Amino acid sequence: MSSSTGTGRLRSAPGPRHTRILGVGAYRPVRVVTNDEIAPRIGSSDEWIVSRSGIRTRHWAGPDETLADMSAIAGGKALAEAGVAPDGIGCVLLATSTHFRQLPAGATEIADRIGIRGAAALDVSAACAGFTHALALASDMVRAGTVDHVLVIGAERMSDLLDHDDRSTAFLFGDGAGAVVVGPSDTPGIGPVVWGADGSRADVITQSADWRRLRHDPGHRFPALTMQGPTVFRWASGTMAEVAAETLERSGLTAGDLTALIPHQANLRITDALVRTLKLPDTVAVARDVVDTGNTSAASIPLAMERLLGDGRVTSGGLALLIGFGAGLSYAAQVVTLP
Amino acid sequence: MHTTDEILAAVAEAVHEIAGPDVHEVRPDKSFADDLDVDSLAMVEITLALEERLGVAIPDSEAKNLVTVGDAVEWIGAAQTGAAA
Repeated sequence: MSSSTGTGRLRSAPGPRHTRILGVGAYRPVRVVTNDEIAPRIGSSDEWIVSRSGIRTRHWAGPDETLADMSAIAGGKALAEAGVAPDGIGCVLLATSTHFRQLPAGATEIADRIGIRGAAALDVSAACAGFTHALALASDMVRAGTVDHVLVIGAERMSDLLDHDDRSTAFLFGDGAGAVVVGPSDTPGIGPVVWGADGSRADVITQSADWRRLRHDPGHRFPALTMQGPTVFRWASGTMAEVAAETLERSGLTAGDLTALIPHQANLRITDALVRTLKLPDTVAVARDVVDTGNTSAASIPLAMERLLGDGRVTSGGLALLIGFGAGLSYAAQVVTLP
Repeated sequence: MHTTDEILAAVAEAVHEIAGPDVHEVRPDKSFADDLDVDSLAMVEITLALEERLGVAIPDSEAKNLVTVGDAVEWIGAAQTGAAA
């Protein structure tokens, strides 16, 4: 019997339609770690750390604040704010570099914890640029009609990945989780993504060895994060300014149209350099959550967004330019309407 | 091609914008780190600004050797003519 005798016709998902962020939620670990606590171990000082990075404190998660714990709380808050029930979520995307299992994906446990059943759940690996990559994927899924709502989570326990004796990175990173719900909208609320990766520079931010090293050489030290700071700084403050300009242009906007700039919170010096290069008007609120949250990698943008809204520095409906950048070297940027 | 005075003015402006010192303080004999409070990250930013404004490429490996304002002016002047080492 021929396989072409059926009468059914393939139907595509409905779409396209506009998308937007409907709600944001955050979780910051209880324990606040000061520079004075970190400085002695790396032969540094509070003054040096502040001048180098702008960071004064960061949160480090405890044993009762696992990646799934933090993500479930942030995700639950985002759902509540969006007014979307768990069974309304069609896909959960977790952006992280600190889910320490090759399988299963971290998103599966989080979906289960939140009570999201029958939805796809997978992880997105794009390091500090993970959240904006996942947000772009989520927007396209909703836009194409694949699902109605996506829960996008950026969560990290960077304190697990750090070399706490590395004086160039030990003070930079923190832990936390942020989440947003992406859904359909009558008007455009998530603009086109500008993204890319340059694997020829994979060694700029990486791990000191891959996991198999521990299998073959159990005495080998933990494969912690390593980073060539000045090289990252040059790339982030130079190339990311070009990416920001391209993102605005592709979105049909100028810097004056923005309510907020929410770059990945890598280092206050990078944020300040971006602001200078972009010649942002004073009316644009600039996220500087890094000062007391540190660099939380994939969690930094939703955490900073929640903070700006919570502090009342911006209001719902304003336009925010998001720029994620990090190991890869990878980047992804888009303009969104704030929830 | 930029004259030595133009290059010095561009360096002074970049140092002022990025690290704070008044443009008149940025003289050829001044050390970026010791006299002008320019740390290594600020030096990266100044380098990027000068690349943009003067149309020269300053590799990281060279930027490290630019100790004084005069070093930078001289290196950029030579780079314009293709004579930089």
